[in-house]
Amino acid sequence: MTDADRTDFLQGMKDCVPIVLGSGAFGVLFGALAVENGMSLYQAVLMSATIYAGASQMVGIDLFGSNVAPWLIVLSIFAVNFRHVLYSATIGPRLESFSFAKKALAFFLLVDPQFAESERRAERGKPISFAWYLGMAIPTYFCWVSEAAIGAYFGKFIGDPTAYGLDFLLPAYFLGLVIGFRRRRNWLPVVLTSGAISVIAYKTVGSPWHVSIGAVAGVLLAAIMVKPASPEPIADYEAGDA
Amino acid sequence: MDAGSSEITWIIIAGAILTYMARFGGHVVLSRFKTVPPRVLAALDAVPAAVMTTLFAPVALTSGWPEAIAMGLVLLVGLRFNMTAMLITACVSIVALRHLFG
Repeated sequence: MTDADRTDFLQGMKDCVPIVLGSGAFGVLFGALAVENGMSLYQAVLMSATIYAGASQMVGIDLFGSNVAPWLIVLSIFAVNFRHVLYSATIGPRLESFSFAKKALAFFLLVDPQFAESERRAERGKPISFAWYLGMAIPTYFCWVSEAAIGAYFGKFIGDPTAYGLDFLLPAYFLGLVIGFRRRRNWLPVVLTSGAISVIAYKTVGSPWHVSIGAVAGVLLAAIMVKPASPEPIADYEAGDA
Repeated sequence: MDAGSSEITWIIIAGAILTYMARFGGHVVLSRFKTVPPRVLAALDAVPAAVMTTLFAPVALTSGWPEAIAMGLVLLVGLRFNMTAMLITACVSIVALRHLFG
């Protein structure tokens, strides 16, 4: 490990602190709700450790408690996580220096905040080194998995999580990430379109489909708004302060 | 009838495999292109804001007044301050507003 690697790894660990704090309550909440919906502690931990995508895990445990066919539960998890195809395509070119094995690991750890922070770092002109990526991803991953165990174990002692506003932290965190991207081109039209379409889809088609439908609407709009020979640079984004 | 216990384990494993395919697949497909057209680049540039908006917009607009007002406050704080300040605002304001409207 070189000095540069060590510096990058420590910087990654620093960058992940707000994420660990922001998602902490949500990770514990997942464990608690999982047990409440009939899963064992082992299954709650397995789900956090292998799927590793909070929103889809919540959808999964919500459906376990209902009379829904297994293949439909799997499909719903996939629908919520389909957005990762877009993350993967966006971040892939920034990971060109990684070997195949390093990429295989990096993509497994590519959760929403990992993607958002990687984009932010890349657009500040700093490279996405493997050391920085892991410095950010390792604490985030192990906290997430531990939180599932803690929540599953102590679940029965947490009365009503909404009484403490814990259920509201994650949506607020995503709003914070979106505000951080506000200097990207066409940011406002994209956000308004995705927001409006996702609300309509949520009301009509229902959750979890509103995620994919709303996201595709905003992304399509951005593609349509491009002028044919547009000379402007892609990354004119300035770093947010979060 | 609820899903049985071993059934849940298999659903988790299948969900994990598909999620991993989504995380790896986008790059595998895109890396086959020699050059990426401007429209695709613009679309990819819009991905983070487009996806993450769908994760908070329905909560803000369909849950009720406390969530709508609290999300507005978080937005205002977010234009000036960092993520920690936003999360504190979120927690304090939602508890107060739910109490007020409850």
